[in-house]
Amino acid sequence: MGIIVDGIKQAFLLLIHGDRQMLQIAWLSLVVSGTATILSLLVGIPLGSLLGLAKFPGRRIVVSLVNTGMGAPPVVVGLIVSIFLWRQGLLGFLHLMYSPGAMIIAQFIIAFPIVAGFTLAAVQQLDPKLKLQIIALGVSKVQMVWQLLLEARLPLMAAVMAGFGAVISEVGASMMVGANITGQTRVMTTAIVGENSKGNFALAIALSVILMAIVYVVTLMLTLIQQRNKVR
Amino acid sequence: MNTTPKTDAAVALEASNLSVKLGGKQVLDIAALQVRTNQALVIIGPNGSGKTTLLLTLALLIKPASGTIKYQGQSIGNNAALLELRRKLAVVFQEPLLLNTTVWNNITLGLRARRLPAEEIKARTEKWLTRFGVAGLAQRQAKTLSGGEAKRVSLARAFALQPEVLFLDEPFNGVDSPTRQALMEDFGSVLQETQVTTVMVTHERSEALMMAHRVIVLIDGHVRQVGTPEEVFSSPVDEEVANFVEAGNIMHGVVSSQSQGQALIDAGGQSFDVVSNLSAGTKVTMFLHDDDITIALPMAQTQRSSARNHFTGKVTKFFPTGSQIRVTVDCGIPLVVLITRRSWEELGLKIGDTVIVTFKASSIHLITK
Repeated sequence: MGIIVDGIKQAFLLLIHGDRQMLQIAWLSLVVSGTATILSLLVGIPLGSLLGLAKFPGRRIVVSLVNTGMGAPPVVVGLIVSIFLWRQGLLGFLHLMYSPGAMIIAQFIIAFPIVAGFTLAAVQQLDPKLKLQIIALGVSKVQMVWQLLLEARLPLMAAVMAGFGAVISEVGASMMVGANITGQTRVMTTAIVGENSKGNFALAIALSVILMAIVYVVTLMLTLIQQRNKVR
Repeated sequence: MNTTPKTDAAVALEASNLSVKLGGKQVLDIAALQVRTNQALVIIGPNGSGKTTLLLTLALLIKPASGTIKYQGQSIGNNAALLELRRKLAVVFQEPLLLNTTVWNNITLGLRARRLPAEEIKARTEKWLTRFGVAGLAQRQAKTLSGGEAKRVSLARAFALQPEVLFLDEPFNGVDSPTRQALMEDFGSVLQETQVTTVMVTHERSEALMMAHRVIVLIDGHVRQVGTPEEVFSSPVDEEVANFVEAGNIMHGVVSSQSQGQALIDAGGQSFDVVSNLSAGTKVTMFLHDDDITIALPMAQTQRSSARNHFTGKVTKFFPTGSQIRVTVDCGIPLVVLITRRSWEELGLKIGDTVIVTFKASSIHLITK
């Protein structure tokens, strides 16, 4: 118990004193996971909409791939990204290995199937006649999809939260493609793993408390947006 | 085909050799069908006969497996032309299908898609919200509306598009009876005023009588009869059509008096108590569902009932249809009554028996066309 209390105390001290290194780690976590989430939305929402609304041969196979991707273990994603990015790899010339860029790529690959899967489910739970009604109003295809996404905005916010939640909390891929380098690629999760293995439980707990606080604040903001127009 | 003067009306939509499959199963097979300009075509038929599918196919929302649909003589072109064509049509579904935003945004969406000037969008939206009596709801969230209000908004949304052809799929279903009556009256007057070409699906024969210039009877995906409502209802072409269209009583009469929304109507030497605001002297057609009437033996007459109409008559005919029996009772005018086989047996009815028929004043639908 003492360790936990110490850890929480230390977390407050780190926060109150605005520990520079801690702030930098937290900031990098937000930047990497935030960027990866935004990229995954840009790809995942159109992909999910396409899979949910269009009919084309091979659609079910793509859906099954997306569903598999939703549960892809981050270490496997980290491994694959490493193979492509390491010096002799196919994309080695980009010199991205062990950089925040590599972590963004890995986290994007983790998040976009989750966003696509949630989007697919969100648009499929809409009344199929609603799509016909919107088309019947004489709107273009793009406008039709946009209106349907607006209708599905509540479950779509869940997609954002799930995508962000998955990447802010993952450690395997970030460790493999970022390597937890102090001041460069150290993020909250890799820092917690590092401190834990060094036996610095108090600091690990402090970082955990701060990570939970970040997740809570971001999710709270998204929830407020989601529930803003909800009819009682 | 052009033998009667009515067929001279211009044709808005024309379908030929139309075949529609849903999930691999053929649901529609229609040799030829015309929607005439400025007329209302009402598609009637039993549940599952393909009425909605036919409506959505004509509205260019379902692609037929084969066959052609022509709009004002022109075949339907590529996607861009299809969008242009869709903008001349409007569809009102059975459920109001409003978007989760304000009433105002619901009405204006289609107008904005057509890139109309802002003033015109505002003018049209205000006009049609007012016309359907829902102007006060403009800023309300659509999800907070009652069923009747949502239907009115959905009708206003369709009329605001000023369509050349209006499609409606059982638009008055699912609202309670007084709301339905008011809605139908408002819609009927707008229809008369705008003269918009209309295709409407219903399983309510009274709606067909009230609205239609022409009626199509659709059974099992086939057009079984086309004609004026009078033709279809008075001389069905075969037994199956007859079974469907005769499921009600149609009577002609005159309002003899009216006070506080309760009217007396004389028809066939009988006086009917009806819920209506029509003034004395108005000629009306009454429609009474066969399953809205009950039959009792005369000894039960002493029992008081809230139903306003009681007539004594004789059983003249009976005809079993499945688990039910269609009984004709002559009360000066013949009334067709649908009762269960069990009731028939328990009452021990036979031809020539004297019975009391009873129905509520609100069961009679009035048509003043």
